[in-house]
Amino acid sequence: MRRARKGALAALGVLYLSAICAGFLAPYDPAAQDRDLAFSPPSRLHVLGTDGFGRDQFSRLLYGARISLLAGPLGAAISIAGALLLGGAAGFFGGWIDSLIMRAAELFLAVPWFYLLFAVRMMMPLRVEPAQAFLMILSLVALVGWARPARLIRGVVLSARTRDYVVAARSLGASNVHLLRKHVLPQVTGVVSTQAALLAPQYILAEATLSFFGLGVGEPVPSWGNMLTVLQRYDVLSSYWWMFMPAAALVTTILLYSMLAETVHDWPAVR
Amino acid sequence: MTRRRALLALAAGALACTYTLSAAPQTAAAPEWLVTRSDVGRPGGQLVVIERAEPRTLNPVTAVDAPSKEVIARTTADLIHFDRETQQPQPALARSWTVSPDGRHFTLSLRHGIRFSDGEPFDADDVLFSFRVYQDEKVGSPQRDQLIVGEKPIAVRKIDPYTVQVDLAEPYAVGERLFDSLAMLPRHLLERPYTEGRLPQVWGLGTPPQALAGLGPFRLREHVAGQRMVLERNPFYWKTDRAGNHLPYLDRLVFTFVPSEDAQAVRFQSGEADVTTRLSAANFDVLFRDGGGRNYDLLDLGPGLDYTFLFFNQNSVAADAPAPVARTRAWFRQLAFRQAVSLAIDREAIVRLVYKGRAAPLWGHVPPGNKLWVNRTLVRPPRSVEQARARLRMAGFSWNAAGMLMDRDGQPVAFTIVTNTGNTERNQIATIIQDDLRQLGIAVSVATLELRALLDRLLNTHDYEACVLGLGGSDGDPFNEMNVWLSSGGTHLWNPGQPRPGTTWEAEIDTLMRRQLVIRDTQERKRLYDRVQALVAENLPIISLVSPNVLVGVTKGLGNLRPTIFDHHALWNVEELFWRGRPSGAAR
Repeated sequence: MRRARKGALAALGVLYLSAICAGFLAPYDPAAQDRDLAFSPPSRLHVLGTDGFGRDQFSRLLYGARISLLAGPLGAAISIAGALLLGGAAGFFGGWIDSLIMRAAELFLAVPWFYLLFAVRMMMPLRVEPAQAFLMILSLVALVGWARPARLIRGVVLSARTRDYVVAARSLGASNVHLLRKHVLPQVTGVVSTQAALLAPQYILAEATLSFFGLGVGEPVPSWGNMLTVLQRYDVLSSYWWMFMPAAALVTTILLYSMLAETVHDWPAVR
Repeated sequence: MTRRRALLALAAGALACTYTLSAAPQTAAAPEWLVTRSDVGRPGGQLVVIERAEPRTLNPVTAVDAPSKEVIARTTADLIHFDRETQQPQPALARSWTVSPDGRHFTLSLRHGIRFSDGEPFDADDVLFSFRVYQDEKVGSPQRDQLIVGEKPIAVRKIDPYTVQVDLAEPYAVGERLFDSLAMLPRHLLERPYTEGRLPQVWGLGTPPQALAGLGPFRLREHVAGQRMVLERNPFYWKTDRAGNHLPYLDRLVFTFVPSEDAQAVRFQSGEADVTTRLSAANFDVLFRDGGGRNYDLLDLGPGLDYTFLFFNQNSVAADAPAPVARTRAWFRQLAFRQAVSLAIDREAIVRLVYKGRAAPLWGHVPPGNKLWVNRTLVRPPRSVEQARARLRMAGFSWNAAGMLMDRDGQPVAFTIVTNTGNTERNQIATIIQDDLRQLGIAVSVATLELRALLDRLLNTHDYEACVLGLGGSDGDPFNEMNVWLSSGGTHLWNPGQPRPGTTWEAEIDTLMRRQLVIRDTQERKRLYDRVQALVAENLPIISLVSPNVLVGVTKGLGNLRPTIFDHHALWNVEELFWRGRPSGAAR
């Protein structure tokens, strides 16, 4: 079991490394169109075949990984930061601050954000750099995603605050900052790291969903999400199996992440 | 005695005469059916047709969207109809007509004894009423514009209950085409709503079938919101076949609403529908590969009348417009820039990659499918990035160290192509153009907008840079495109609604288009329209790209099916269609 987890971690590392080294590993420019070889099946020339414009699928997968794999940690980081700030404050201070933040969290969980994103994309100017548009949309998704982890963090902080040694430290005159730093936040790290490992694949999927609906990165920049959009077409779905590759990559990554989450979850016990 | 008998006979004859005369207004003698020349079929069965959207209305006066028009065209009839196969005017509700030598007066004789689908008779009063409604400004019918000739509404007079005269202020080039697809309305049902000012609101989708009536081969039976519309055979229809059988043959015509192109292909492939007319080339290929067991025919009718093109925003810039807007407009208004873009675009690649070869590349705006009007002498400059670069260099553009194109002021040339969401073909075309122009050092981004938002930008706010769009679908006659080519036109896309033509060539096109509308000599009209095509190809207000083939799928065994590139590709002669072999039609 341990070995499997180590393997998962290593595989994830390899994925990220290859995304970083995409420029070195990719045999072709991901945007270069070889129009005589549209939808050509995997061959020695194109190991994973080509898409409808004759672009090398393998190179696009590598470059697309940059966007898709970045979306996970980046989105998770933004969400967790928000959650730590708000959930921590709610748990630590309690009282009306707590109820205000928690009511807001419930509101955020109830609003259908997907439709809001369409509106936001509509309001953006027509010409936005693909990467820029993607970052804006992703940050927005991540920002509104603070509510769920915040509720967990609040719970942990709330229970930590009432522990005997924390109460003792407070009675000895420890400042709020000292209490947070030395006694409360260390308790939260377990929750935070598990949440991060759980949230990262969610944001990788979010990128795919957004791109699928045309809200993600635009052509010709590849991402796993926008590479999957061609599967909306009946002819592609029924004729060109190698166009499913980004889906396979997505599934693999998400599985690896969930194994990572399990590992992280067990860490305190290991310690 | 003999003399007396003769007198009696004469008297009887006179009596008979007066009898028929006095009776004529109520019940005409034998109804004058139109006898078709096509094969004699067998009655029965139903036909399920895929429609890409639900019609918005069943009111012929206000319908603008294609689904509404396609359904309404099966439930109504016109006075003179253009045969979709021969492109010649054919008698319809008017059994014959004459035109005065100056082309300004039409005298139409209506068919005697025919009835609306609710059994009420049809006569000249219905014709007069219909014209009054279409021409009424308060009703706001989209057909109103085409009934104004020489800036005067055409005048319709009743000569007798079965004869009407139509007077035009000027000779009108299209002549009989005036009457084509102009649905005649039942006065007995619509006069009250009209006088009460409610006409635009009646005959919406919720209308009960018995409140509707038309002169078409079918009438409404049932409408299931969001799913389908069922039409049934109109027993009062005015056509028969050679054997004297009343048309239409089919008992029912079902329109089923399937919005996505892919879902349409799947529905058709699974046998849930008999007719689909807007197959994409990609789906056509998928169905084609389906193999021997299939029970449908796939028909590639060749290039149709639609044309897809790229155009740049050439609207004049307001004095207080931000500098980047003024700068991009300055590029777009340069002929050399547009020529370079046109030279750099790989039209053959679009045909191959987007349409799997089932399309024709275009260098002029009239597609080769429009055989009557296409100008075959236009030059077709082959793709050349070299020449494109030379054109740009001469116009003062240059390239920086990174190979990016810079304008005269040293600003990088970049723009966004917009197109509508949901049209995969246009999106693919935009991606191909993006890559082609990258070779000129132009950074193109692509954005998709919902069609209504897109049209708002194109026609009202003018807030866009370049756009890939398509036009067409009419019958190919230039009179349908007045609105596009006149500089004052509302769909003069690159610079709509100009108070005065902004360029000399636009002024020349205005003159040519106005002139071709008032002469009846077709050859002379063709000569004028050829010149319009040449001017458009030279000045490239739109950069014509491609004309897709019309691809139709039909269940096997449908008799009298004669699909054409004109709308509606398969149903234009729906009254003559019949099922060979299996009278029940598609088993559903």
